[in-house]
Amino acid sequence: MTSKRFVLTFPPTVTGEPITFNLIKKFDIMVNIVKADVSPGKIGHLVMEMTAPAKILREGMAYIRQQNVDCEPIDKKIYYRDDLCIHCGACTSVCFAGALTMKRESAELSFDPEKCVVCELCLKSCPLNLFSIDIG
Amino acid sequence: MLKKRSVEEINEKIRNGKAVVLTAEQVSTMGKEMSPSEILGKVDVVTTATFGPMCSSGAFINFGHTNPPMRMEKLTLNNVPAYGGIAAVDTYIGATETAMPSDTYGGAHVIEDLIGGKDVLLQATAKGTDCYPRTEIKTLINKSSINEFIMFNPRNAYQNYNVAVNSTSKLKFTYMGTLLPAFGNANFSTSGELSPLLNDPELRTIGIGTRIFLGGTTGYVAWSGTQFNTGKPLNEHGIPVGNAATLTLIGDAKQMNTRFIKAAYFEKYGVTMFVGIGIPVPVIDEDMVRRLSIRNSQIETNIIDYGSGNFEILGQTDYETLFSGEIFLRDKKIRTAPLSSIKMAREIADLLKKEITDGRFFLTEPVALFPKTQGLNNLEIRL
Repeated sequence: MTSKRFVLTFPPTVTGEPITFNLIKKFDIMVNIVKADVSPGKIGHLVMEMTAPAKILREGMAYIRQQNVDCEPIDKKIYYRDDLCIHCGACTSVCFAGALTMKRESAELSFDPEKCVVCELCLKSCPLNLFSIDIG
Repeated sequence: MLKKRSVEEINEKIRNGKAVVLTAEQVSTMGKEMSPSEILGKVDVVTTATFGPMCSSGAFINFGHTNPPMRMEKLTLNNVPAYGGIAAVDTYIGATETAMPSDTYGGAHVIEDLIGGKDVLLQATAKGTDCYPRTEIKTLINKSSINEFIMFNPRNAYQNYNVAVNSTSKLKFTYMGTLLPAFGNANFSTSGELSPLLNDPELRTIGIGTRIFLGGTTGYVAWSGTQFNTGKPLNEHGIPVGNAATLTLIGDAKQMNTRFIKAAYFEKYGVTMFVGIGIPVPVIDEDMVRRLSIRNSQIETNIIDYGSGNFEILGQTDYETLFSGEIFLRDKKIRTAPLSSIKMAREIADLLKKEITDGRFFLTEPVALFPKTQGLNNLEIRL
């Protein structure tokens, strides 16, 4: 079994196809939606984890792409130089996924890689330019 | 009978190792359980601090003379333009200056590099005069090679500041950080109950000549800051709502530490500088205790739309709510993010507390207090 995270990008006009339902029902893929922001008339994003044998995962990805929906595995990882971090909090302002947050008591930056959807907004928002991306 | 304590008495206690020093956060907590009179009896000094991006900062440098000498007219430091309009080998390098508007390296980086002991490339040209015949120079300088390196910041330590939101459908890049469309986030920038001028809102103890912590060393308040405004409306706790008073600060940059001076770049805005400031407040009477006991929940500020271009005030909130991670505006929940480092401000407040407790830092009475002002002039376009 392989578990992998994907970012699905929906065009403004979506087909009526129930994509996640079919991934589960027809392909027997375990689907866990991490983050969803899809509404008609706008480009939408869905971040989800899919768990299945590697071959089935590839078939699932091909199926998603057939529906005119972009499907990219998240192989990249975000890093930051925590030794140089001044804990200003500017990066948390753009992290809509909630991976970068300020700890209430200690006022320190906290990074939860599990929540990171690699949107890369933090790379540009850090005033000290401490973030970098590792392409897996 | 009202109890009072003079700065002289406090310094005598510091000299004898008997001064009780607390940080502004500690005294705010204490204020929940003890009366101002009890606190006045126990505490002598309260340390306040802030560590935020402060654009109106820079440094004077004197390079020393060459032989034959030169009056530098156009000059750059690591390709960043510095002011050449003061004779002959003096300059002022502003924190926000860059060679090109798109550059991510600027004056603040030059200052940080010099403080850090690095070599910086100096290039200058001049027309040449009988007394200053040299017309060009290209050399390396560092903080040991130059004469003076004086940080002089015309506007620092803003007393309160706006919360920035963006009502438009586009991402906005501002000095208040990246603002997500449709009220996607709210950014704010003060250290709240730790912030210097919020702990002495009427500027009773902070004035011209006040000795402070600046960038890792001793500095001084030189003057009121630019855009100094004591005419802002006060809330019920005597706190100005929105940006009000400011300070002009001065200090020996050669003695500073890059831990407390950090060059920064805000995406599509430009270069700025995080400045570490600590100001000790003498606990002279009960009124000052009440001021120093101010809590984040009692400090309010305006929520301003930085997206639409007209900077409309959309609402108000307080720092307790801002630090909680979300505010409500027009029934919509908005995530908040700070731009000013509370962690570093705490470190500075603790450091200053230790310096005073250990008898290495003494308090000052202002040489002169600041005037009261009535609002600011706008720049009219008359042509």
